Amino acid sequence: MTNEELNATLAERRDTALAGGQGKAREKHIAANKLLVRDRLRLLLDDGFEFEDGLLAGTEQGLPADGIVTVVGKVGGRDVAVIANDMTVKAGTWGPQALLKFNRMQDLALEAGIPLIYLVDSAGARIDEQRSLFLGRNGWGNIWYNQVRISGRVPQICVLFGPSPAGAAYVPGLCDLVIMVDKQSSAYLGSPRMAKMTIFEDVTEEQMGGAKLHCMLSGLGDVLAKDDAEAIRNTRDYLSYMPMNWEETPPDCPAAPAEAAAAARIADLVPVQQNQPYDVHDLIDALVDVGSFYEVKALYAKEMTVGLARLGGQAVGLVANNSKHKGGVIFSDSSDKAARFIWMCNAYNIPLLFLQDVSGYMIGSAVEKSGIIRHGAKLLAAVCESTVPRICVLVRKAYGGGYLAMSGAPTHPDAMLALPTALPALVGPEAAVNAIHYNRIMELPENERDEFVRSKRDEYAQDIDVYKAAADTFAVEDVVQPTELRNDLINRFRVYRRRKAAVIPRRSAVHPV
Amino acid sequence: MAKTIKSSMAGTVWKMLVKPGDEFDIGDTVAILESMKMEINIEADDSGTVVEIVAAEGDTVDEGAPLFSYS
Repeated sequence: MTNEELNATLAERRDTALAGGQGKAREKHIAANKLLVRDRLRLLLDDGFEFEDGLLAGTEQGLPADGIVTVVGKVGGRDVAVIANDMTVKAGTWGPQALLKFNRMQDLALEAGIPLIYLVDSAGARIDEQRSLFLGRNGWGNIWYNQVRISGRVPQICVLFGPSPAGAAYVPGLCDLVIMVDKQSSAYLGSPRMAKMTIFEDVTEEQMGGAKLHCMLSGLGDVLAKDDAEAIRNTRDYLSYMPMNWEETPPDCPAAPAEAAAAARIADLVPVQQNQPYDVHDLIDALVDVGSFYEVKALYAKEMTVGLARLGGQAVGLVANNSKHKGGVIFSDSSDKAARFIWMCNAYNIPLLFLQDVSGYMIGSAVEKSGIIRHGAKLLAAVCESTVPRICVLVRKAYGGGYLAMSGAPTHPDAMLALPTALPALVGPEAAVNAIHYNRIMELPENERDEFVRSKRDEYAQDIDVYKAAADTFAVEDVVQPTELRNDLINRFRVYRRRKAAVIPRRSAVHPV
Repeated sequence: MAKTIKSSMAGTVWKMLVKPGDEFDIGDTVAILESMKMEINIEADDSGTVVEIVAAEGDTVDEGAPLFSYS
């Protein structure tokens, strides 16, 4: 053979692999309005990929790239590793070569210290390969073994474009962030067909594990995108807040002012009446660089608002009670949502900002049954063990366990700040009077009770005073004018980020879950 | 079974903002509860026309309890 012939053979083999699956699978994919895997990569990466591994895997079986594309490319000028299923090749299932490629790219991302992105669109493991790929040390389970060991060292993002059933559902389950495409992606342990056969339940794919279900109810999904392109834009945006790995700091961006309309309203944005709800998004808009708020789990446990943002160009993670929903009271799910987000920020060197307006954890037998104590403990644990710079702002109510869980002074934040609307106390006046004076109230004749309760309540309310908190116990570093808050936060974070994190020597904490 | 708008948390119905025959859209505040010393806005998770009020002002409701039926 001549060189020319050899080169031609290579070119032909590469072209065949690059073309991906053909025929019906491809037509079906395109008809469903889904992007082909290499088009997804083109949208995700700055200028195509830098290099690809295993393009020629699976070619002997006529399976281009064995149904999985693994590349390194750039997002926002920084390297990322990508593992992407090709749904047009044997429904994106994992065969032997696919698994080797998968694991190799996971290793590479960890060794090089670059973020790892999973673009998932797969029917899962190839069941006909289970004998060789399920039980042994080199089996499919290595995917999750690697994910767990990578977690907290390089960012792992999962974008679900299609199905991710059974074991494959743990790929999103073990990532930092999960982006799902509405009416297109799904994740479940057992398919509707399997559920019908074994537990006699008759539901659709969407009802079993659709994108909305996971973004609104289960909490698996972090971001709901309307189509492939939006999901990819969201991935790029998210990465702009992330460092390359846990040892680096998030990139600074040029500072931008807060949204003008919201900033203009900040002085009287928070209702003085503590029982009156307002939308904390308005306060966030008034504080952070315009357009920089990247909300996580926006549709899930809405009484707690969490997300990434920038303050004067510096990335921060925001955790805020939202009284617009369920009064901003903390439930099991809201606690869970915030704890996970705090762990993620702490892992990647992202400073934390708490906006506190909380009347406490929810009470009642229903939430006790749901495990509010252990779920609530999760939030406390996440706050107390975080080592990144942390500022807590008392916006309004700061009561009881909620005060502590939302980064109160005893949890050792770098700073406690308060707005003039702040009301810090163990409990609100009504509950306090009832708790302290219950026996006395019961002893009084009925017609004297109201007057007594009112006077004691007023007396107690006098004690809920942010100035006393600042003066007597030095519980707050400063009480700031709402109009000064943004600048104050920017200045403080700039200084606090110089602090070295003190790591507690131990194998691991025993976390409440 | 008639469709109902349900309470998002346990509390007391403070204000019912709709009456039979009223139309409402998804996201509209249709009632205000009092719970944990907070006003809790109940937002409709669907659109429709109110048929019958199930929980009157002053009633105590659990999380998930129906507030009114609609079509």
